[in-house]
Amino acid sequence: MKILVCISHVPDTNAKIPFKNGQPDLSGISFVIAPYDDFALARAVELRDQTKGKLTVLNVGLSDTEPTIRKALAIGADEAIRVHATPHDAFYVASQIAAIASRENYDMILMGRESSDFNGGQVHGMVAAMLGLPCVVPCMKLDLYGRVAVMHRETEGGKEVVEVEMPFIAGCQEPIAEWKIPNMRGIMSAKTKPLKVVEPIDVPKYTHIVQYEMPPQRGTVKMIDKDNVAELVRLLRQEAKVI
Amino acid sequence: MSNVLIYVEAENNSAKKTSLEAVSYGATVAQMLGGKAIALATAALAADKTEELAKYGADKVLHAAQNPSQSEEIAQLIVAAAHQENVTVILAAKSIVVDLALPMVGAKLQASVATNITELPELSNGFVVRRSAYSGKAITKVELSGKIKVLSIKKNASELREYHKPLLLEPFSVEITPSKISVKEVKKQTGEVLLSEADIVVSAGRGLKGPENWGMIEELAKVLGAATACSKPVSDMNWRPHHEHVGQTGIKISPNLYIAIGISGAIQHLAGVNASKVIVVINKDPEAPFFKAADYGIVGDAFEVVPKLTQALKAVL
Ligand SMILES: Cc1cc2nc3c(=O)[nH]c(=O)nc-3n(C[C@H](O)[C@H](O)[C@H](O)COP(=O)(O)OP(=O)(O)OC[C@H]3O[C@@H](n4cnc5c(N)ncnc54)[C@H](O)[C@@H]3O)c2cc1C
Repeated sequence: MKILVCISHVPDTNAKIPFKNGQPDLSGISFVIAPYDDFALARAVELRDQTKGKLTVLNVGLSDTEPTIRKALAIGADEAIRVHATPHDAFYVASQIAAIASRENYDMILMGRESSDFNGGQVHGMVAAMLGLPCVVPCMKLDLYGRVAVMHRETEGGKEVVEVEMPFIAGCQEPIAEWKIPNMRGIMSAKTKPLKVVEPIDVPKYTHIVQYEMPPQRGTVKMIDKDNVAELVRLLRQEAKVI
Repeated sequence: MSNVLIYVEAENNSAKKTSLEAVSYGATVAQMLGGKAIALATAALAADKTEELAKYGADKVLHAAQNPSQSEEIAQLIVAAAHQENVTVILAAKSIVVDLALPMVGAKLQASVATNITELPELSNGFVVRRSAYSGKAITKVELSGKIKVLSIKKNASELREYHKPLLLEPFSVEITPSKISVKEVKKQTGEVLLSEADIVVSAGRGLKGPENWGMIEELAKVLGAATACSKPVSDMNWRPHHEHVGQTGIKISPNLYIAIGISGAIQHLAGVNASKVIVVINKDPEAPFFKAADYGIVGDAFEVVPKLTQALKAVL
């Protein structure tokens, strides 16, 4: 069983993002495996253990992402691939993943349902279209029965149980598995696990960030006395006009 | 020619409200580009409900004979319609199925894809859209330079505008390769207002102490015709189903009104709700961070304030 998990390297979700010269200033911020990717990785480690397979993590990024990749190795991945490039946009990243996956024939490709930096949620669908593979998103439960995977997929207002044969792609979210914290042994062994750096393929760029802005600020909050809820109702009707 | 294709989702035979908003959005974009707005609906939309699409701005409605349910099937339908109609912009209201179908369309057409768009594009300097990044901590302006642009539209990205165009209905049929995914079981909560479609959302957190206390939340939601939502710990503890969980790792919503009850306002929670037009916070702790992100606030015990609020609303609604 060959499992690929694609991870993105994103600012810690607790971090406040300061702006400098009209750009987000990420210099003092710590980076993590994107939370949804971390769920995918956690389940992949369990499935690898169950099937005695091989788990590869892939990241498209410059060398500054290596601590994040090493963390994935410490959590339990067997080897890593870093495509040496700035992850320009979803199409760029998906094209890199597809290029590698088309050579390697993974039985499943897992990633998060979206990254927490640009929140695009596009990469899994694009890779699926590029490779002609079925794709299940958002996947909340994933069990294997031989070559068949049974998954729970969230829907608006509920969920579905779906079945698909390998190979497939899944965009994962909780409660697929609990986030795993690397232990000391994992951290030590991660240092010597293989991390291969490969050059990117040429991919045209179809999106370009031309400007960053601070999010609009809300006005100051209007406080209403708890014994005067009728005033809140009045404000919602007459001032905010939302009810 | 710069035609705009809008993929329409239906629920109970009618177009979803967010899809009608997308049709209006698409009609406005078509006007800006000097092209036509073409709506694409599946057999899930009843023939006698196609009129609505013209009302909200469609110059033409392609009504597919099939009713594909899997994203990769819908992507095939959209790609075929895009080829037939020579479109340069493809858009749809955000939903779980659309969120997966559109990137597939984008990859097949070598298009520029931008998801979760909150406003009309600016066309003065290329085709530029605004979307939030870092879970709402920044806004990016993104230029889409591909020949074809694919957009998913968030709720409230544009007004529902009535155009009252004459209905031009055209049957549409393509060969669809069926998905390899088979659906074995559907577990759907019925009779609820869908969270992603709701204009008003009533949400509660760990401050409610336990699942047995959700009665008053549901009652408040009922009076307002609202959907219910919750914070992550609440769904983690199984007090509420996972699909109600909003935030960084949950659903991201943008209703007209979000009422947060007994939720502290952690940065990851705000990531899912800060695009709401108006936010009301009810919390017993005056220092709760959520008050800083709210428009209206009440410091008080939810068990006291919520029933009173429900009563006050019943009196006027
Ligand atoms: C990577 C990551 C992703 C995350 N994603 C999400 C996410 O998507 N969504 C999310 O919600 N959280 C998320 N979290 C968790 C988040 O950080 C907070 O822990 C969570 O939002 C807190 O939920 P809460 O406000 O319900 O609970 P608490 O923080 O415990 O707050 C409860 C609030 O209720 C108030 N209260 C108590 N009793 C009463 C009463 N009787 N009346 C009125 N008020 C009362 C308290 O004053 C308090 O403010 C994430 C965390 C991480 C690390």
